[in-house]
Amino acid sequence: MSAFSDPRWSEALSHLPDYLGSHGRVSLAALALGLLISLPLSILTRHHPWLRGGLLGLASIVQTVPGLALLALFYPLLLVLASLSLRWFGFSFSAFGFLPAMLALALYSMLPVLRNTLTGLANVDGDLLQAAQAVGMTPRQSLFSVELPLAMPVIMAGIRTAAVWVIGTATLSTPIGQTSLGNYIFAGLQTQNWVFVLFGCGAAAALTIIVDQLLALIETGLRRRSRLRITLGGVGVALLVAATLWPTLAMRQATSYSVGAKTFAEQYVLSALITDRLREHGLSAKAREGLGSNLIFSALASGDIDLYVDYSGTLWANQFHHTNIPPRDKMLEQLKVELAQQHITLAGELGFENAYALVMPRRRAEALGIHSIADLAAHSNTMSIAGDYEFFSRPEWAAIRSSYGLQFRAERQMQPDFMYAAAASGEVDVIAGYTSDGLIAKYDLVALDDPRQAIPPYDAVLLLSPKRENDAALRDAIAPLLGKIDIAVMREANLRAAGSASPTDVARWLSERISGQAPKK
Amino acid sequence: MVHELRKVGTSDPPISFTHVSRSFGGDLRPVRAVDDVSLDVASGEFLAIVGASGSGKTTLLRLVNRLIEADSGTVTVEGEDVRQVDPIRLRRRIGYVFQNGGLFPHMSVAANIGITPRLEGAAEREITAQVNELMALVRLDPVEHGGRLPQELSGGQRQRVGVARALAARPRIVLMDEPFGALDPLTRDALGDDYRALHRKLGLTTVMITHDMTEAILLADRIAVMRDGRLVALGTPGEVSATSDAYVSELLGTPRRQAERLSALFAATGIA
Repeated sequence: MSAFSDPRWSEALSHLPDYLGSHGRVSLAALALGLLISLPLSILTRHHPWLRGGLLGLASIVQTVPGLALLALFYPLLLVLASLSLRWFGFSFSAFGFLPAMLALALYSMLPVLRNTLTGLANVDGDLLQAAQAVGMTPRQSLFSVELPLAMPVIMAGIRTAAVWVIGTATLSTPIGQTSLGNYIFAGLQTQNWVFVLFGCGAAAALTIIVDQLLALIETGLRRRSRLRITLGGVGVALLVAATLWPTLAMRQATSYSVGAKTFAEQYVLSALITDRLREHGLSAKAREGLGSNLIFSALASGDIDLYVDYSGTLWANQFHHTNIPPRDKMLEQLKVELAQQHITLAGELGFENAYALVMPRRRAEALGIHSIADLAAHSNTMSIAGDYEFFSRPEWAAIRSSYGLQFRAERQMQPDFMYAAAASGEVDVIAGYTSDGLIAKYDLVALDDPRQAIPPYDAVLLLSPKRENDAALRDAIAPLLGKIDIAVMREANLRAAGSASPTDVARWLSERISGQAPKK
Repeated sequence: MVHELRKVGTSDPPISFTHVSRSFGGDLRPVRAVDDVSLDVASGEFLAIVGASGSGKTTLLRLVNRLIEADSGTVTVEGEDVRQVDPIRLRRRIGYVFQNGGLFPHMSVAANIGITPRLEGAAEREITAQVNELMALVRLDPVEHGGRLPQELSGGQRQRVGVARALAARPRIVLMDEPFGALDPLTRDALGDDYRALHRKLGLTTVMITHDMTEAILLADRIAVMRDGRLVALGTPGEVSATSDAYVSELLGTPRRQAERLSALFAATGIA
């Protein structure tokens, strides 16, 4: 089958132990924690209608929060808790990755377990409760030797539902820094690597089905009082748990650098490039991909990741909330100072700029005589604009609109990689694209000038976490990258990443270009 | 023999009700399930409680082992006010047989029978020996039936297990709530007779609720008739039958009238 001879399948497969293992671990921990909370809670509240109703209501509300948002909310929450804990008790913990993912997923698992436990206990035959009393059981004995065993099939069905939800939702924990099968999906979506997307979906579905069937076996075993089914299901679950925990125990590494990447192709390529570079220097390194752009900076500040590439204008506006726009050099100078106050090192610029730019089809721009954003103002009220998920809430957009008096007919949010095609096809009139994106040239689009300099410069800069402030080995490893990636090279790299090449392949190509070797096609 | 005859320590009656009342249904429209009942059950006595559905029979029975608490009046068991004793201890020394067995469906027959001794912390070997003996007593085969689940038994067998379970804690008092009501007539007869023999052999004091007047007359030493929560008649089958109360004589006369109609029918159609 030619479809499976694609090298991306084997690359996807090589990530499987890590992604599947992490996915399994976080799901398992979340489910265990969820059960540990939900079971006692439902037992304690079962005779108190008000409490019971309140609890189920709360759990239902949690359930209506979209999984992605719930996971995202836990990060800032834990960040606050971690700083409070540091101030009050003298210790801090990582608000990134495993912990927020586990807590959010545990919360997510509670509703089915609570509901089924309460229902199961409430549906135990009243005559049997009387019988339990009449033979002289204490309430506790009645609970443990009559009520819970009789309610167990229903409780098990709830656990099964919870397991399916948790395993499915865990794919969304990638943006808060927890490696999961979602890494395939997020990376695949960003780089239009459909092999990865399919692989991730398939792996998550397979895991879900296997767990569901094993738990179903236990559930029917309990219902039919069949020891064989319960044992088979139990052994299956135990094997799965062992397989999940095995990689953790097998590959514990001492010091490993984690290289962050935001959720777009260029970031995937750059993190792969840096990771490769560190490994060549004998340092163990791991990419932490698909991190939300607001989360990644605080993950660096708290040392959860060691380095990543950000853009000067983004830091300027989003992290430090400046509204003025100084010239490039002054901005970098001041950023260095402000970052240093947080013990974050701005190691240097990579050499290219990935700025926001308003982009439209070249022919249309020429026909309308639009060369700059100022020319656009006259037409904007008949036009629609598309941007990525954060663009319209970023300060730059407010600055552009007020400087030029833009008033678009409609604003649409779009997956960045689809925007260019949407602009080319006339689906939208203008997009907020990125200057380093190779798709601008590919679709014959043009980036409009910004004569009033409403859009700040966006030099790609390498940031190091406070704990790597004085890490000479790290600096040596990354020094050769600084100033070596010009916009033309990055555009071509991005174009390749948007095509069929994986970020790892593109990173290799980029590395060869930088070191001056003739790149292989 | 496990169940030797034990002498009751005091001369107090095993069960005594003094002006006992119990209402249900809240403060707005309370229903008096048991209304000022006074009654002594003598040691070794077999008392049947009869009455229509909703007459308060089950409530009266459950007041004895505190499955239900009285609103007023006093219930004593072997001389002790039940309110003064730990309900768990009280229940463990009183056997209770439910209409449908009340067997725990997730436990084997042997586990069901041994449950009270197990709660009491008896040694497993002792429990096994006792369960085997009890099964023999109610004419079940420990090997054949002990490992089965209750739903794998016939109705009659389940009821035998229920009786064995009630006897496992070696109680002196057994309460039975329509124990044989759901059984076919043949099984009901055989079980009734078997239980009556056990009652005598073990020196039990038994209070049994029944709908079946014939069963009450044939098995019980005395019959208590309940109506709307009140005790309307109490005495030997003969005494109760001779009462002037219309309701009671109607109730107690049923078996005789049925017997007369049956013999008339048989005579007319020539069925022997």
